[in-house]
Parts: sequence; structure tokens; C-alpha cells
Amino acid sequence: MTVIDNTGSAAQAMPQLQLPERDLKRSLVNLAGWAVALAVLAWAWEGSEMNPLALVQDSANMAEFASGFFPPNFHEWPTMLQEMLVTIQVAIWGTVLAVVCSIPCGILSSKNIVPWWVYQPMRRLMDAARAINEFVFAMLFVVAVGLGPFAGVLALWIHTTGVLAKLFSEAVEAIDPNPVEGIRATGADGIHEVIYGVIPQVLPLWISFSLYRFESNLRSATVIGIVGAGGIGMVLWEFIRGFYYAETAAVMIIIIGTVTVLDMISQVLRERFT
Amino acid sequence: MTSDPAPAIRVHNLSKTFRKGFQTTRALDEVSLEIVSGEMVALIGASGSGKSTLMRHISGLMLADKAGDGMIEVLGYPVQEGGRMARGVRLVRGRVGVIFQQFNLVDRLSLMTNVVLGVLGRIPAWRGWFGLFTRDEKLRALEALRRVGIDQYASQRASTLSGGQQQRAAIARALVQGAEVILADEPIASLDPESARRVMENLARINREDGITVVVSLHQVDFATRYCPRTVALRDGQVVYDGPSEALTHEFLRELYGAAGEELILPGPIGGPAPKARSAAHLRPASA
Repeated sequence: MTVIDNTGSAAQAMPQLQLPERDLKRSLVNLAGWAVALAVLAWAWEGSEMNPLALVQDSANMAEFASGFFPPNFHEWPTMLQEMLVTIQVAIWGTVLAVVCSIPCGILSSKNIVPWWVYQPMRRLMDAARAINEFVFAMLFVVAVGLGPFAGVLALWIHTTGVLAKLFSEAVEAIDPNPVEGIRATGADGIHEVIYGVIPQVLPLWISFSLYRFESNLRSATVIGIVGAGGIGMVLWEFIRGFYYAETAAVMIIIIGTVTVLDMISQVLRERFT
Repeated sequence: MTSDPAPAIRVHNLSKTFRKGFQTTRALDEVSLEIVSGEMVALIGASGSGKSTLMRHISGLMLADKAGDGMIEVLGYPVQEGGRMARGVRLVRGRVGVIFQQFNLVDRLSLMTNVVLGVLGRIPAWRGWFGLFTRDEKLRALEALRRVGIDQYASQRASTLSGGQQQRAAIARALVQGAEVILADEPIASLDPESARRVMENLARINREDGITVVVSLHQVDFATRYCPRTVALRDGQVVYDGPSEALTHEFLRELYGAAGEELILPGPIGGPAPKARSAAHLRPASA
């Protein structure tokens, strides 16, 4: 043992401190990682035809275009509000149906509850529901059930089930297995184990996820109207297509206001449940 | 011990090997054991001696090695044989109450609900799915809570109670279950001495008053000698002693376990009004 300090007797017993040696291999890997990341960025720049100069060169055009939005024209506000309400209604039913379906689908996608030959196919099915954007589903359902909000409900339902089932099953996989074993030891069956052992543990998270999905469904519902699935999106699309920019601005303000208010309500609710 | 010699638990030639990578551990090594109905038996041993593993096998939560003829019978019904769960194991589980070290209550449910769940094994499944418990069943739960002395907390969430109270609620659940055998796996290992004493007293009382067979695994032999007439001692997955608890003096334990025996000995007396008071002379020697 080396004496590195003779001011204190306690320090004499200490071995000399040594910084860990720099690992050459790790630094190289690190560097390579950065190089790859930069290369990906450059490659994507090409593909997306990034052209920041256009922002400057065409700024006059843009200013003129933007000025068309002002002042917003609220003359048709009764129709706008009416359609906004339809959008909220679509979001409500799309979310509720999805939550109801996500409970069994989420449980059946959980590794710690069912054997692999159940959760694997179920997870792939949910992947598929999630992979396709609700916008695409809306276009398909408009063909199937006709123009209108119902097509929107169906679209949100399928896509949100895919999302929520995954979130639900992740919550289920993180539970404490002990209480479930306690239930099993009383001679309960598998469904009892889920109802009394699993669901009470995940319920706060499930509620929070569901409310969050309601918020995002409301945003999606404003868009899917564009393909004819009812609600404010349909109105918005009509105005944009007709170059009624002042009216478009009014609709956008209504959407922003509604989404903000409902986000705030849902946030308050979510905080209460967690 | 009762005069009825029917075996409540019969374990025959049970072996269990755990594999982790290339390492194999023999957790149970041809354990055979018979416990008569109405007995209160302690299962002692150092950490890793196989106490919990044996308990989990008897309650049908774990399967023994496939090789060999290891089998377990509880109340005359097979639980497992040759590494396979018996067909009617769910019915057997309904008649066996299990008490866990971590209580295993559902935190967010009320104490009352946790305890009433004991009936799940006996009622039609659909009633359980919808939570349709009868007034009678709820009263039984309340009665069980009163017996273990915590009925005043019936409507509180389980998570709001202390460890000792939760463990007593777990005992109440086993009572509601109408368990004829109670397997308590280290029920007091995570409790303070006073709560531990109360939990042990409750177990001893239901054994005495209801004639329920109780098997309790313990880390400390002092609790075994105080509450259980008979002790089974395990070491490295083998039964090394099976007989009256009184014979388990500290000297004998050191003989059985060597230095590892020290962890089985409580550093002080259990406290409270003791049926077999121990003096401070049993304090652990200064250097082990």
C-alpha cells in the first residue's frame, strides 16, 4: 500500500485511487455510432428534398397566402360548432369501443397470463390494427358503410384497439405476481385470477391510457373527416378546397379551442386516477 | 395431536432440481414426510434449505422433477405425481389455505374483498366473475376478520395496513376458504417481533380451536419450540430431523447445521406472556 497523504492517519491505509483506463474499443464504437447517425441524417435530407432556402426566397408568397387567413370568418359558426360536436361524439364512441375490446385483447397479449400460442397471434393481430393509420381505415370504411361519422367511429375503434391492447398488456406484464398467486391458492380459476389479481393492479394505468387515447382520438377525428368520415374535418376540407381561407382559419381556431379544453379536462381526470 | 390418524399431508420421495445454465441445484432430495390431521408442525432450516420449495410443492404451485416417483397427497387427494399436476388440483387448492411471506393480498382491494375471495374455490365460477358474493359470505368474511382482530379495518384498502395486519388478513382469507390445511410459508419473516408473535398466536389458535392442520416454515427455531409440538428440520433439501420441537436445543442445532445454525437462533427472547419462557442465557455468543 502506498502512502499518498501524510496529513491524516486514516488516509494512510487507503490504496491509491486510479481512474479506470480509457477503453479504446469502446471509444471507437462510439465514434462509429455517431458517423452512422450523421450518414442517416444526410441520406434522409436528400430523399425529403430539404430546401431551407425556399423559406426565404418564397417568403413574399407565403406572407400573402397567410394574410388570406385574417381576419377569421366565423359567419357559419352554427354549422362549424355542430360538426365539431359530431367529431367529439365520434371520438367518444371510437374510444369506448376500443377500450372494451382492448381489455380481453390486452390480457390475451400478455406473456405472464397466457401461453405463447395465444399471445403471439394476438399480438400480431394488434400490430396489424396499429400499423395502419386510422386515416386509411377511415377511407376503407367509407367505402364499406358509406360516408358519415359511423365510418369514422369504426376507423378509430380498430386503430385504437391495436394501440390500447399493447399498452394494456405492457401494464399487465409489469404487475406483481404475488397477489395473483394468493388468489390462485384459494382454488380460484384463471378468470378469477385476472379479475381480482390482475385488473385491480393495472386499473389506474388503464384509465390513464384510455383517457390519453381519447385525447389523441379527438385530434384524429378532426382529420378523418377529410376522407368523408364526418365531423369538422369534412367542413375543413370543403373550405380549404374552395380557397375560403378566412373560414378555414375560423375552423382551425374552433378545433384548437376544443382540443385544448378537452385535453385539460382529461388531464385533470388522469391525475385523479394515478 | 388428535386421535384421528388420517394423514393430512403425505409427501413421498419428492425431489426437485433447479437448473440455471450449467448449474444444477438439488433443492429437494427425496423428501418423505407425513403429517397427521390436526397437527401443528414447524418446518425449519437455513436460507436455501428447501423450506419454501417444499411448501410450494405441497400447495400445488410448483412441480417436482419428472424423474422418480415423487408424489404428494393432501387430505387423501393427489396433488402431483411424477412431476405432473393431478387433475383435481384446483379442488385440493380450495381446501388448502396458503399464507405467504409477502402476504399476497391485492393492495387496491378492501380488506373485506380480499378476505371474501377465499370462497372463490367453493362457489359457482360465474358468481365469482361478477363479484356476486352473498350476504352470508360477506358476514363470514367479517367474522373471520374479527377472529384475527382486525374487523375494524374491513373497508380499508389492504395497502393501508401494516405487515402484521395484512398477514392476519391472509389468515382470515384462509379461514373463509374453510381450509382444512394451512400452509404458512415464512409467515413472520418480514414482520417485527410483536406482529410476528400475534400472527403465530393466531395460527396456533385456529389449529387448537378449529382443528386445522397447520404447517409453518420458520427461520427461527425459537418460534417453533414455542408454538409447534413437532418440528421438521431441512438441510440442503434433506430432512435431517423430525420429532418433538423440545429436543431442538441450540446445541443440537449447531450440531445439525454447524456455523449456519446461528441464523436459526433468535438473539433474544420472543417477548410477551410466554408459555415456555426462555431466558436471556440463550443469547448468541459474542463470536460465531
